[in-house]
Amino acid sequence: MRCNCYIPSGCSISGMMSESGKRMDGNAIIRSIALMHDRGNGLGGGFAAYGIYPRHADQFAFHMMFDTKQAKKQCEEYLKDTFDIVLDEEIPTRPGGVFEEETSGKDAEYGARPITDPPILWRYFLDVPEEKTTFVTEDEYVVKKVMEINSKFDSAFVASSGKNMGAFKGVGYPEDIGMFYKLDEYKAYIWTAHSRFPTNTPGWWGGAHPFCLLDWSIVHNGEISSYGINKRYLETFGYKLELRTDTEVIAYLFDLLVRRHNLSVEIAAKALASPFWKDIDRMPDREQKIASAIRQVYGGALLNGPFSVILGHSRGMVGFNDRIKLRPMTCGRADDMLYMSSEESGIREIEPDLDEVWSPKAGTVVIGELHEEV
Amino acid sequence: MMSELPAEFIVKIDYDRCRRCKRCVMNCSFGCMQFKDRVVPEHKNCVACHRCATFCPESAITITRNELAYKENANWMPEIRKNILKQAQTGGILLTGMGNPRPYQILWDHMLIDACQVTNPSIDPLREPMELRTFLGRKPDRLEFAHNKDGEIDLVTELQPQVKLDVPVLFGAMSYGAISLNAHRALAMAANRSGTLMNTGEGGLHKDLYPYAGNIIVQVASGRFGVHSEYLNTSAMVEIKIGQGAKPGIGGHLPGEKVGEEISKTRMIPVGTDAISPAPHHDIYSIEDLSQLIFAIKEAVDYTKPVSVKISAVHNVAAIASGIVRAGADVVTIDGFKGGTGASPMVIRDNVGIPIELALAAVDQRLRDEGIRNNASIICAGGIRSSGDVAKAIALGADATVIGTAALVAMGCRICQKCYTGNCAWGIATQKPELTRRLDPEVGAQRLSNLLTAWSLELKEILGSLGVNSIESLRGSRERLRGIDLDEQTLKLLGIKPAGIGQ
Repeated sequence: MRCNCYIPSGCSISGMMSESGKRMDGNAIIRSIALMHDRGNGLGGGFAAYGIYPRHADQFAFHMMFDTKQAKKQCEEYLKDTFDIVLDEEIPTRPGGVFEEETSGKDAEYGARPITDPPILWRYFLDVPEEKTTFVTEDEYVVKKVMEINSKFDSAFVASSGKNMGAFKGVGYPEDIGMFYKLDEYKAYIWTAHSRFPTNTPGWWGGAHPFCLLDWSIVHNGEISSYGINKRYLETFGYKLELRTDTEVIAYLFDLLVRRHNLSVEIAAKALASPFWKDIDRMPDREQKIASAIRQVYGGALLNGPFSVILGHSRGMVGFNDRIKLRPMTCGRADDMLYMSSEESGIREIEPDLDEVWSPKAGTVVIGELHEEV
Repeated sequence: MMSELPAEFIVKIDYDRCRRCKRCVMNCSFGCMQFKDRVVPEHKNCVACHRCATFCPESAITITRNELAYKENANWMPEIRKNILKQAQTGGILLTGMGNPRPYQILWDHMLIDACQVTNPSIDPLREPMELRTFLGRKPDRLEFAHNKDGEIDLVTELQPQVKLDVPVLFGAMSYGAISLNAHRALAMAANRSGTLMNTGEGGLHKDLYPYAGNIIVQVASGRFGVHSEYLNTSAMVEIKIGQGAKPGIGGHLPGEKVGEEISKTRMIPVGTDAISPAPHHDIYSIEDLSQLIFAIKEAVDYTKPVSVKISAVHNVAAIASGIVRAGADVVTIDGFKGGTGASPMVIRDNVGIPIELALAAVDQRLRDEGIRNNASIICAGGIRSSGDVAKAIALGADATVIGTAALVAMGCRICQKCYTGNCAWGIATQKPELTRRLDPEVGAQRLSNLLTAWSLELKEILGSLGVNSIESLRGSRERLRGIDLDEQTLKLLGIKPAGIGQ
């Protein structure tokens, strides 16, 4: 019987958020994603954490990966020219560190695979020089520079670029990645995690999830079958898609729709996982008008194919599924905590006592938001 | 001068089977079948329209090529010599009908479509919704919303007029004059049933078809035949015809003998006069002139309908299309060099223009590079033969496709290429009452809408196998196409990878 516990499908995601802004260490999120060990294959894991750099909350925190010292040097020259570097330091790691805790998962073999061959991991806290923002906003400027680094420098990669947040990712099982990056020592009010079973792109450090741009982070289980058009749609707005993976389009689409087009997260999610015409045709007038306009105007942003996604941003966490729910996602609440996970077990593992647990319907959005006073 | 042309076809009658019912004689509109105690074919008059063979109750008629009409020669092919003989005899331009028959490479047949396996599931169109709904018209780049006083969200952006299609396949522009009123009726009825559009072509709209306004594109061409305010407003969309794939840069000519009472009324010209469409619009000698006409039409329809501009696929099509969008067109229709015609100089049809596949790819990419792709829909016309072609065109970037020849074939056309003679035995490209009555509009409409139903089902199967459930996820998704037997430059122009390469 025990053998039947295996679910040999690709990827798992997990997210947790304190809506009152309480900061928690990374142990819980590591346990949650560790329990779903079998959904990954050790070729990628990662975490996004919000609220981890309170002392540098006003600076853009760039988490960088370099393949060579040479690349680091070149890229640093570039950063010096384009930003004011307030602080730069190596991202602390625990070489050889592995996850050794017990979880309720019976068959998983933890702890035998320490992280090897990491790139040079460095973080920079950056201010945008005032004179650079005469014609563009700070965010606009940062996006442009992130795109430039990722496309210009072969051996340098921006893993995350938001304020008071960061992405920690690499090749390996996520629980070991978590221990490698010492996530037990960081405190965040939102944690998201991803375990990867790569099929469409090679396992490389930059290709692990989450994908980040500014304070957006995406962890994603699935495959975007509409990638071809989503990519070309984004390119018309100046985005450069260089990461050889479909997940980055989700991050950029949110950036486009929410930050640049000023749509609410709900409306943006309606564009990405639109209701079917058969349902739109039955909506009351006002809603019908809105839903049809979204589909007509944002057709290039419609995501198709199987996915469940957790989007993190500095004010909250958003979970949603594809239009016919081809990938699993369960949500739960306990007090001020909101949980999202590929499997209910991933939530129960860290919070057995839930007030509420549900599986959101296809195409519906679950939104966690920081309370206004926070 | 006596014709020295040998017969192109040989009509064989199996006299053992023939019961001398004369049905073939009655059906032949080209004067090939004669009755002299028994059926005697005049081979030279046969055009291989297959009307006689189709209607022979005894299956006694076979039509074959006149194999050695011309002695074999790899350089001086029969077609070439036939044309020289004709011109030596008449001193005139060779006329022809239908699309380019030459064996140019068909790029559709060098593109293959992707499908899902394991990592992304394919979707069963019989069980899940599969959406083909398409909207033609100019879209804004973004939407704006605001909260109303009840705290609800309202759409602030006013959308420009959009035309809804249930299937991304339209009927091509074919004028009343080039084709019969019955054929027009069949197209209008089928468009209505299938949730798509027919196109009047440049010959105006007969009053009988006014009830189908919601399914009609009314065309404004260089001759301005039948164009008046009511005409413009009896439509879903207005199209300015600049060019046609079969005859880029060339006008049109409907001979006076075809201009009877009804066509005269519809085109607003006297009975029996030639209807000549000039090569250019004489009020459009530049892009700014085009812009003025676009807005004149928009004024005339009070900005309630999208305005399309149709051009032929020529070398510089991408830049021209970009200009057209910037001039205010809501839809750009590109007609490839395999597109059909009622009558065209053969030298133009067979030698001018470029393949629609390349033109479409270039236009879509150009509009994207300029950030104006959302500002106009792209319609792809000229050489669409199957739902596979439709899917590939949409993946290259078309919003919708057009079928002209395929629609005629559905109504009975055998592509004999004699449309310009007015003798169409199938009652389609003719105005002779004894011939036009051969086409029952009801039957024609049924066959046309059957074709669109079949293609819709096939398109849904393709979408399902691609793992997407909405046409917009295929539109412009060139990643789902691969090229086969194409050179590097062509692949680059089409924006697709060669088969064998993954993501």
